Amino acid sequence: MIRVNSLGLCFGGFCLRDVSFDVAPGEFFALMGPTGSGKTLILESIAGLVDQARGSIHIAGQRVDSLPPEKRNVSLVYQDNALFPHLSVLDNVTYGQRYHGIAEDQGRRMALELLERLGLSHVAGRLPLNLSGGEKQRVSLARALACKPDVVLLDEPLSSLDPQFRGDLRATLKELHRHSGLTFLMVTHDFVDALTLADRAAVIRGGGLEQVGAVNDVFRKPATAFVAGFVGMKNIFPVEGREECALGKGEHFAVSGATTSGNVALRPEDVFVSLRENPSSEKISLPGTLLAVWHEGFSWFADVSCGNSRFTAALDRQFLAQGRLDPGQPVWLGFAPQSLHFMPGC
Amino acid sequence: MNTRGVANGRGDFFAALPGRVFHVWLVASCVLVLLFIVAPLARTVVSPDAHRMWETLRDTDVLRSVGLSMGASAMAALLALIFGTPLAYVLARKEFAGKKIVESLIDLPIMIPHPVIGIAFLTLAGRGNWFGRLLGSMGIEIMGTVTGITVVLFFVGLPFYINTAKAGFESVPPRLEKVSRSLGAGPGATFFRVTLPLCRRAMLVGMIMCMARALSEFGAVVIVAYHPMIAPVLMFERFTAYGLTYSQPVAVILIVLSLLFFFALRVVSRPRRRHA
Repeated sequence: MIRVNSLGLCFGGFCLRDVSFDVAPGEFFALMGPTGSGKTLILESIAGLVDQARGSIHIAGQRVDSLPPEKRNVSLVYQDNALFPHLSVLDNVTYGQRYHGIAEDQGRRMALELLERLGLSHVAGRLPLNLSGGEKQRVSLARALACKPDVVLLDEPLSSLDPQFRGDLRATLKELHRHSGLTFLMVTHDFVDALTLADRAAVIRGGGLEQVGAVNDVFRKPATAFVAGFVGMKNIFPVEGREECALGKGEHFAVSGATTSGNVALRPEDVFVSLRENPSSEKISLPGTLLAVWHEGFSWFADVSCGNSRFTAALDRQFLAQGRLDPGQPVWLGFAPQSLHFMPGC
Repeated sequence: MNTRGVANGRGDFFAALPGRVFHVWLVASCVLVLLFIVAPLARTVVSPDAHRMWETLRDTDVLRSVGLSMGASAMAALLALIFGTPLAYVLARKEFAGKKIVESLIDLPIMIPHPVIGIAFLTLAGRGNWFGRLLGSMGIEIMGTVTGITVVLFFVGLPFYINTAKAGFESVPPRLEKVSRSLGAGPGATFFRVTLPLCRRAMLVGMIMCMARALSEFGAVVIVAYHPMIAPVLMFERFTAYGLTYSQPVAVILIVLSLLFFFALRVVSRPRRRHA
């Protein structure tokens, strides 16, 4: 449905370099990257809102590089919802229909159905000013879908919402995508959004793509150390070849298949911390020293030094209930060799 | 004698001195400035007796000149709306080389002495100039006509309209226009359906300011068109020919008109509350 080929442009001192990826019809694709990596610029290039310098963009089989935004049949949803403040909710939703050959009566019926599905029927006559953040974003989604575009472009659609509304809207977004069968391209830096919603994902860094693939592959098998770090693999160690990773001070572990230099990555959730060694032929076991125990929300983590390296491990409640955990305390680290992900040459 | 207490008392006095000076300065300045503005106007308004005021209000010359002032000023504001809006929009939305120069040029009519404006128009559009002859051949006369008055008032009022409308366009988030474009509306439809409705109030405020400014113009108009007389020129003529007493009623009419514009401006520019 979308084919971006060698896209390049410079805007406000920032450049996109040779960006290429495909989005299949009906797919939910996530474009991930840190702030300032060029995600929104790619989205606005596809929408035709910034001029591209190089490369090509195809939408629904048609090359759209030279077409103005209104001829590309894409709808845009911004994180701040960008509802027209002078129009009622219903008028916002029906705004684009006249440009897509949808008759007024039919369009109004469609809009009311959409509003009903999104639980917004009771606010159809209100102005956006009188809506909550979640309602505004749902109206914005309804507006994008109401003109039957080929592609819906979502620029961090959930990031401005309170946590309690985020989950609801995430589910709504998934349902809308399933029901509409449209192609969704979403920019996000939230792992949960990408993992929950997307079929495939791309990670961008400094205006260039680092990896494109199935969303699970991006999270489980990152292509580069940057992607590994970005998707939350906090344990990344250099490997010099010889199928082994040296941690310093004589500590090391085997990395199957690491015959060349590169990096090996391990998710914190795959590392276990214990107070005693649990020898097992199926697990790698390493001695370490507890550096700190900390938490993010309800998830607890431990930083453990091993050799000259530092591991981060997710802690389970059982382990936390075992008693006091003091910095400097000797502990054991354990992980399955299958959890290791080797990234050659990076 | 408690010398420490005296010292502390002096210390407290000097510590509080900047605050007291500031307070006195604040109150005195506010009162003086308000008096400075209100006193001459209020004195003028109460000066003419009721009989003379009534006579002036029935004087066809006065009514004609006030009507001309209002009509020409309204026309200037309308011209500013038609011709100034695109420029205000371009200045609010586009970045281009020389933008600062263009903005300075727009502010020029505010800064230059107003008789200079009149002389400049006479130089450009007078019969001694090819452009004036060209306009003359098309039946357009600047010198001593309502057209000339309107053109001059348009010139002096235009910066007030453009700057206000530009601020209005700048207050509309560009993302709204981007979304509109992505929903299928072209640049024109986006302007008329999204941008324009959202800065309608700013444009109206700009028109009122332009008209109010035009209504008060004297220096430029008196050079381009002494006749037909606009209200400020009539007032000037009555002052020079008959003295203060005869010019005061016309001045009262102009003050009341200005107050009406001021009131309209306040009403229009007041933030509006939207309800479901």
